[in-house]
This record gives sequence, structure tokens and C-alpha cells, in this order.
Amino acid sequence: MSTLISPVINPVEPFLRDDRMPHIWCPGCGIGTTVNCFARALIESKIDLNSLAIVSGIGCTGRVAGYVKLDSFHTTHGRAIPFATGLKLANPKLNVVVYSGDGDLSAIGGNHLIHAARRNIDLKVICVNNLIYAMTGGQTAPTTPDHAITSTSPYGTFEPAFNLPHLVEASGAVYVARWTTFHVRQLARSISEAFQKKGFSFIEVISPCPTLYQRRNKLGDGLDTMKYYKEKSKTKNGAPTSEVGLTMSGEIIVGKFVDRDRPDYSELLKAQMQASLGDRYVDYETCATEYGDGGCAEDSCH
Amino acid sequence: MKADPHGVLTGTHFMDGDHACCEGALAAGARFASGYPITPSTEVVERFAQRVPTVGGSFIQMEDELAASITLQGAVWGGAKAFTVTSGPGFSLMMEHIGYAAMTETPCVFVDVQRGGPSTGLPTLPAQSDMMQARWGSHGDYEIIALCPNSPQECFDLTIKAFNLAEEFRVPVMFMMDEVVGHMTEKVVIPPADEIEVTPRKHTRKSVDEFLPYATNGDQVPEMAHAGEGYRFHVTGLTHDERGYPNMTPATQQKLVNRLLSKVRNAADRIALYEEEATADADVVVVSYGITSRVAQRAIDMARDRGLKVGKLRLITVWPFPENKIRALAARTKAFVVPELNLGQMVREVERASGGKARTIHVPHAGGSVHRPEDILAAIQEAVR
Repeated sequence: MSTLISPVINPVEPFLRDDRMPHIWCPGCGIGTTVNCFARALIESKIDLNSLAIVSGIGCTGRVAGYVKLDSFHTTHGRAIPFATGLKLANPKLNVVVYSGDGDLSAIGGNHLIHAARRNIDLKVICVNNLIYAMTGGQTAPTTPDHAITSTSPYGTFEPAFNLPHLVEASGAVYVARWTTFHVRQLARSISEAFQKKGFSFIEVISPCPTLYQRRNKLGDGLDTMKYYKEKSKTKNGAPTSEVGLTMSGEIIVGKFVDRDRPDYSELLKAQMQASLGDRYVDYETCATEYGDGGCAEDSCH
Repeated sequence: MKADPHGVLTGTHFMDGDHACCEGALAAGARFASGYPITPSTEVVERFAQRVPTVGGSFIQMEDELAASITLQGAVWGGAKAFTVTSGPGFSLMMEHIGYAAMTETPCVFVDVQRGGPSTGLPTLPAQSDMMQARWGSHGDYEIIALCPNSPQECFDLTIKAFNLAEEFRVPVMFMMDEVVGHMTEKVVIPPADEIEVTPRKHTRKSVDEFLPYATNGDQVPEMAHAGEGYRFHVTGLTHDERGYPNMTPATQQKLVNRLLSKVRNAADRIALYEEEATADADVVVVSYGITSRVAQRAIDMARDRGLKVGKLRLITVWPFPENKIRALAARTKAFVVPELNLGQMVREVERASGGKARTIHVPHAGGSVHRPEDILAAIQEAVR
């Protein structure tokens, strides 16, 4: 005996590589929630999925690239942004998303983060900030708030943490927002908005790591963290980013902090070359190599 | 297929090796480079930065060599032929991404204009002391190809070869120049585009449903797709299966890594380029590469003037090491003389390949200048004694 039930298709399913499930993330982890918001933003913004590439670094969030059904690149630790830079410059028609964690983007990859923002390369960076190195077992990150216990700060951290929105705004990002994994609708909307922007966009998502951060700091489980996010988050669109630094259990300022326009790298490049070289400048649509008689199945790549 | 004429500066030029390398890259179809300034290599990308906007392509100066060595790989997956250029300390920083290119089978070229080391060493003076690093510098088991030019003309010709080999085998190719070859100015003849063979990307013709990014069809080199073409494929530096999906099991690791090695090793004899002269009845064969081969030539001429039977083997392909060639020569010569601008690198390969059948005499030099021909001559004389 069996009962036929019409399956309820989750709208996010077509965006996922179901042959890669189950994923590696722990119960209560917020990364899956952010992926859900990302997929909903793709639906909302009607982006052509065949022109969208996603690049991740290393770490728990670094695994996102492997789970989404897009052209996806799981690169080396800290180097998602420079890889994405090459991808975007070689094929400017691509929408390129960098999806990675706080340690990957702001510690080992910190130099690339600030320089990509300075250049205003047209990349959408989604930074899942769980305040810790999770994949490797819960070590201190540049984002770990004061006094938190980690496996490499067993007596509590004492180094001041990075305020990432402040860092990237100062470096030149045109769009900067922060949400928590409690703010799913706002997060999805921010990702959609970033797709409308040309230039370096940065969305920080505060996300729980119940296994390594919350547990070690006696902050409860995933649900307790959602309650904390709900109670202590305060939406302040346009808040000065210098005032949005995080503490272990204090207020979390969320919102869209920066939304401004300045020419992106490609525009600046073209303008400079045209001014200097005039007719000698060959504006390229793609750096792509020819394939000889090998050919490619898609007409669009010739 | 033939070279795209837009990139080919046909004519007879008086040009240094760094610039000739850049022209070779353009002729080979490179339309993207990412770099970071470092002596004595910077002239390659300086020229590329000047030339590529008039050809249709892009150069970006990155914030460090870690970035430069992965930015180019992003460009390759975006469809470009791409390269980076560096020297000693920068080459050290690029090692992780040479491994990434090997693991993800990203066809690309790394140019290393060698200078004296270790560390900051001799920024403006020559060495050949990165030869082992080029082969072994990144962690894990992998294979690369490395070529070693000895003139500006070869900097042009062999850079094209480097790109062609990168495309054919889907490996990072190391182009191992040195400060003298890079800064030496000589005649460089650039032929018409229709006389330059370039290897196209091994792009798949399969449909989206049929395509598996790391499946091979007998020849061990998978077909490639680019981002934005609708294939929606995955690339990872993790051990992966034919779908490109992470699969961290001993069985998948063994299958993948063995293939990464054997696709190059099985073709080693075909990849091996060398210049051989008078080895048939030689008592001693001088084995050299790069700038040292030109000093060795002088020493060989001096020895022949003294009536000695000296053969010459100049290695152009240094990796995979042409061990079958050395083994064959070892069976009929008394000794090898191996001068190089380091304190013992490729000589170990010569010794290994000769398997004790011929004596191996090293002529070391710590770098900073080239050898004196007399020092190589003395080794030849010792070898025949």
C-alpha cells in the first residue's frame, strides 16, 4: 500500500546539486539559511543562471560553491576574490559572486578584499561571518569578539576584531549591508539589490556556529542564537559603519549601510585606454581563446 | 590552428628575452596576464600592459604574487589563455597555485626569470636555482612541464611552445628563464601568423547533459568547458571524481593523482626537446640548459680545439626530465659534465638517469654571474683523463 502525495517542491531545489546532498554543515549552522536566501534572491532578480558563476575559498562557507547548480569554483584558502577577478575580467558578461567565510575573506584573504574594493571590481561578495574558524575546529578569527573562548584562545581573545562593513566601506565598496541569519527576507532582498549594482558589493551575514562558537562560549544552541539575533538586532539603514562593530552578546546593528555609485574597474579601464590610445584601443568583449575546429556546443561562446 | 594575426608582431627585431617572451605569449593567443612587479622579470608584463590593450585583452597588476597566480586561473576558466611572470621570491609565493592548476587541470603558463637566492638573494643577477622548485615546489604528487630557453629568439619560440603544451596536457607549464637570457638583447625573428602553430583549448563538444568535467576518453586529458556557457560545472582543489565533485576516498585519490602524473609521464619522450651534437663517439657529453649552455658551447669548442671528443646535449625540456635520452647516452659515453648556475640540482637527475653507467661531474656555480668557460673546460679535461 502506498499513498500518492504530490511532492511539494521547494522553490530553492532547482538551484541545488541534489546529488551532493546531504551537505556537511552541522545542525543549527546558519550557512544553509544563507544559501536559501541566495537562491531566493536569484529567483527574485531573474538572473540568467547560465551567466552566473560562484567562487568560494576554503572553510565551511567555502563549500557553498559545491552545492549550488551553477558554474562554481572552490579555490584556495583566501583567494576566491583574485580568482573571481580573473574570471570577471576575462569574461565581463559574467555575473560573479564570491561566497565565503570571515576567516577566508578577511584574514588570509584580507589583502585581496581591500584591493578588490579599492578597484571596485564588479563582484558580489557574500561573507558568512560565524565569528570563528569552524572547519578547522573553532580557532580565533580576525572577527572573533573580545573575550570569546576559542580553541586557540583558551583564556579568551583579547585582540580587537575587524569591523568588516567599516573596512570595506573605507576601501571603496559601493554596496555594504549586514544581516543575520534571522533576517532571511532582508538578506534575500540585499542580495537582489547587489545584483542591480555595478561594482564591489559586500554583504555580511552574521551566522551561528553552535558546534564551536556558541557551545564553547555557553551561548546556547542554534535556536538560542536565533532568539539573540531577534532580540538584539537593530536595523539602522545608513548607519555609519564606524559604529557597527560587534561584541559577544551586545546589540547587532544590521541594515544597508552603504549604497553609492562610482565607476567600476571595467569602466575606468575603458575610459583610460580610450583617452590614451584612441582608436588603437581594442575594447574586448571577452578574452576567450578560439577553439579552432574543436568547437563548443554553444553558439554563444564563439 | 594558426595564430591570431592580431597578436603577432611579424618582423625582425632587436629585442631582449623578457620582451620576446611577451611577444611569444601574444602570438600564442594569451590575452590575459596578472602580475606583480619583481626584478628581473617585470619587463615581460610591462610590455604586455603596453601591447594587450591594442590587441583585445587585459592585464592586471595584482596586490601580490598569491593573487597574481590565481587571478590568471580565473581568467582561464573564463575562456582566456593566460599567464603570470615572476622571479625567485615571487615564484615561492606562487607554489600553492601551481598545485591548484595541476589539480584542477587549468592550462596556463608561469614564467620564472631566475635570479640568485635563497630569499631576496641577488635580485639583478642570474641563477638557475629554481629548477627543482619548479618541479617539486607545491605539496603533493603532481607533474608539470618546464622549458628552458637560452636566447631571446627561444624566449619567443618556446613561450608559444609552453602555451601549446599547457593546452595539450592541461597542466601549468613553467617557463624557466634566467636574468641573463631575460635581459640579453639579440635578433628575434617573428614569423607571419600563418606560420605559427597554436594549440587550441581542448574544449568539449558535448552537450550540457553529456558533459562530465573530469571524464577522460582514453587519452587521459579531459575536455574543458568555460564559465558562462551553460554547463554549470564544478571545479575544486579537493580530490574529485569525474563530475568534479569532492570525493575524498583513497580510491578516488589514487585514480585522480595517478592520472595527473601519467598524462605527462607517458608523453615524456614526445615532450622532450633537446639539442644534441656529436654524441655518437663522444668520450664526454656536456649536459647543460638555459644561459649556461652558451658558456658550455665555448668550453666545448675549446676542448675540441685540444682534440677531445666532446658531445653536447642541451636540454630544452627540463621537466619531465628526459631520462631515456640520458640513459641511452650513458651506455656509450664515459662521463657527463653538468654545469649549472646552482650548487647541484639537475645534475642529480643526470646522475639518477645514468644509473652508474657513466661518471657525472658537476660544475657548480652559486649564481651572480655565468660560469667561466675555463671551469667547464677543466671538468671536461678531468672527465676524459
